[in-house]
Amino acid sequence: MKEQIIPSATTGVSGEHKGEVRIELPVTGMTCASCTATIEKALASMDGVREATINFATQRAFVSYDPGRVRVARIINVIKESGYDVGSEKITLKIKGMTCASCVRKVEDALKGSPGVVRAEVNLGSESASVEFLPSMTTIESLRQVIESTGYRTETEPSPTREEDSKTREYRTLLRRFIVAALISVPVIVVSYPKFFPVLKDMDMETLRLLWIGASILTLPALVYSGSSFFTGAVAAFRHRAADMNTLIALGTGMAWLFSTVVVLFPGLFPENAREPYFDVVSVVIALVVLGQALELRAKGKTSEAIKKLMGLQAKTARVVREGAEVDIPIEEVLVGDTVVVRPGEKIPVDGVIIDGRSSVDESMLTGEPLPAEKQAGDEVIGGTINKTGAFRFKATKVGKDTALAQIIKMVQEAQGSKAPIQRLADTVSGYFVPAVMVIAVTSFVLWYDLGPEPRIILALLGAVTTLIVACPCALGLATPTSLMIGVGKAAENGILIRNGEAIQVASALDTVVLDKTGTITVGKPTLTDVIVKEGASEQDIVRFAASLEKNSEHPLAEAILQGAEARGTVPSEPGDFEAIPGHGVEGIVDGKRISLGNRKLMERVGADLDLFEKDSHRLADEGKTPIFVAVDGRAAGVIAVSDPLKDDSVEAINGLKGLGVDVVMITGDNRRTAEAIARRVGIDRVLAEVLPEDKAREVKKLQLEGRKVAFVGDGINDAPALARADVGMAIGTGTDVAIEASDITLIKGSLLGIQAAISISKATMKNVRENLFGAFFYNTALVPVAAGILYPVWGITMNPILAGAAMAMSSVTVVSNANRLRFLKVR
Amino acid sequence: MDRVIVTAAGILTIGWIVWFFLFSKKKQYRAAVSSGIQEVFIRVKGGYDPDVIVAKAGKPLRLVFKREEEASCTEMVVFGAFNKSAKLPPYEEVVVELLPEKPGEYDFSCQMGMIRGKLIVEE
Repeated sequence: MKEQIIPSATTGVSGEHKGEVRIELPVTGMTCASCTATIEKALASMDGVREATINFATQRAFVSYDPGRVRVARIINVIKESGYDVGSEKITLKIKGMTCASCVRKVEDALKGSPGVVRAEVNLGSESASVEFLPSMTTIESLRQVIESTGYRTETEPSPTREEDSKTREYRTLLRRFIVAALISVPVIVVSYPKFFPVLKDMDMETLRLLWIGASILTLPALVYSGSSFFTGAVAAFRHRAADMNTLIALGTGMAWLFSTVVVLFPGLFPENAREPYFDVVSVVIALVVLGQALELRAKGKTSEAIKKLMGLQAKTARVVREGAEVDIPIEEVLVGDTVVVRPGEKIPVDGVIIDGRSSVDESMLTGEPLPAEKQAGDEVIGGTINKTGAFRFKATKVGKDTALAQIIKMVQEAQGSKAPIQRLADTVSGYFVPAVMVIAVTSFVLWYDLGPEPRIILALLGAVTTLIVACPCALGLATPTSLMIGVGKAAENGILIRNGEAIQVASALDTVVLDKTGTITVGKPTLTDVIVKEGASEQDIVRFAASLEKNSEHPLAEAILQGAEARGTVPSEPGDFEAIPGHGVEGIVDGKRISLGNRKLMERVGADLDLFEKDSHRLADEGKTPIFVAVDGRAAGVIAVSDPLKDDSVEAINGLKGLGVDVVMITGDNRRTAEAIARRVGIDRVLAEVLPEDKAREVKKLQLEGRKVAFVGDGINDAPALARADVGMAIGTGTDVAIEASDITLIKGSLLGIQAAISISKATMKNVRENLFGAFFYNTALVPVAAGILYPVWGITMNPILAGAAMAMSSVTVVSNANRLRFLKVR
Repeated sequence: MDRVIVTAAGILTIGWIVWFFLFSKKKQYRAAVSSGIQEVFIRVKGGYDPDVIVAKAGKPLRLVFKREEEASCTEMVVFGAFNKSAKLPPYEEVVVELLPEKPGEYDFSCQMGMIRGKLIVEE
């Protein structure tokens, strides 16, 4: 391809032909030269694209197209569809000083015409521009300059605060609406109950009627301003042939107002004792329900506290070494490979690996671990954690949305938005709920009218209105999601990432936890502890034979043996004819001798007699060490022992699990004797030993067939099938590796204590969900019939519509407040 | 006499409520297809507009949501069957991408399940 220099990217630089634009786009994800053909073909086949060429070396696409027929966004889409990316980012910039629609045009055009901008949309209402841009071609700073060059000011606007703003705005609106309705209610109540007020009680009917007409007009603002959202909501729902809470409140208050107005205007239409209006119902019910909504919104704000805390952890700037000098740059502009400098007391901006320096780092905000972690060169650091004592430099390995913190936030958000299976019932019910309440209201009206006492028309109306108002579909809908949000957030605060609502529900009902031994119960860093030789072989030789065979092995024990050899000053040699026998060990030729290194099964296989080592190997195994036999030319020559220390808190964690009534099972590929020794030490009763790695999933399935709800806890890398097979797969992660695919729950801090915490939080959350669901179902099934008048025939009890409004407003507030109790859950 | 009229009107109203909210056919909106991708723009204001979307199985589906209100009811849209959800900040376009593989009817809704839409996936 001919090298050409193109002035800029999506600037709309004219191409060779009139009405044609040539752009340059950075393409990511191309791994081979043949990928270029795929994209070229896809682009060239687009309507409006004349020519498309890709330069593999510079990873750039050059496209000539007719802007009248195709848009840049479409071209980018086609690239994405072919499986590659252009690496565009989205950002919202707040713009100050725009006053008219033409300003919008001006800013939009300026943005669209600047290099690297894919899409720009300016909104006058929210005073902001949302821009999709190519970070490889432009920076946020230059976008800001483009906007400022048109004469307006910009402000950065991180999204959580924006959301916060819109919440605060809505809260204020609701409060204003409440105040208006409440103020209107005062005079309306007074004229509605003339017999309780000195001057009014002596008034004649005609004067009262005039006052009531006044009340009718006075309640109008309560309807059209304070209650506007009920009516607009009801209309919107109606257009979708749906009905919701708005429909019920709008119908209830609307009917009350309409009836009352007709009564005061044309009293002659009604019997003598039915000529009283109910304007108080209209304004008071609206005031109460709006107040309930405001309180609910406030309480709901608290439910997302955890995610706000996580977002607040993100650093704003980073000190990066660029061209030899330290410069402060916005966090968005840190690149992978940058050298970042962190001083004591500063926040670590992105994920990386320490190059030089040492320090202790407070990671409690992500892992829940209260003690600071000591870090030195080669150690991982996580963005969002706080550097305590020393200064260090590190190389950025993950930036932007790839950092551990960003992934944690994303995972928590996704989990908070997911559904738990328990919600299905509530979802099904709420689909029929509102029409059902309307049917009950009509039935109530008809029955009161047909069978009720006089004034029938009034009682019929009140029955219907009260039924509509008391029903609270919101409580049903809020019950599960609010508790889930808090439960998932609470877990995240303790370093536990829960993938979705289903995981919480299943985790709350677990009765068996299967723990992988190596790396889960134990530290996962075994060391060579004993060497026992017989028949004149030397200790040095045995270790050297073993180390030579393990030289190329990936087995976790290999490293222990190699380090042991190094400590003993022996140098392993290259093995010949090497063979690994899964579940047995390894074999090969060292120094002309056939060496077998492995477990008892391997010794049996090569015909080595273990009589001489029987006692020693049993003793080692009973000490919790793993004996490994060495045979030379088919004769047992020695046994070496490898031991993996227990994690500090394994015993405590396993006791805690038992305290929750959960059976703990250990699974390992290790020999039974060693496994049982370790199990005894940590207090585990059931051991599945000598399990080949690929059989772990099958063992989990066997436990499930016993009727157990099983959690499998492993490191997430080798155990993926078992994690996936288990009812709940828990991965013990460490460092920046947080989003482990196969797991339902990730314990960021590598401690087993997290299992107990995860189960406790799940149990508490599900208990809370059940309380809420029970409350919401009970409330509605009890109060809707009472409101309709079911108690009247026997006890003569009816419900006051204003009381119904208060009950309805309180019910959803109660659900959210009950969920909020979860925030104070003590974990451990 | 008035009782008969009220009773008859009541029964008719009940019949209408049941038919209108539960059985009447909603207008369906077919997703537009261009170069292998199906795309639908959905306005969110007290409901989803359109709220019944028909798409083809096996082709990626882009649903572009724009929430044109600040009332918090609609701040989230959840596709339970796809285990996907998205926050919808007011006045912003949010894209939800799905790959509907099996034909069938899938509900989507706000987080509380009060506002609903339906995705019909056809062969």
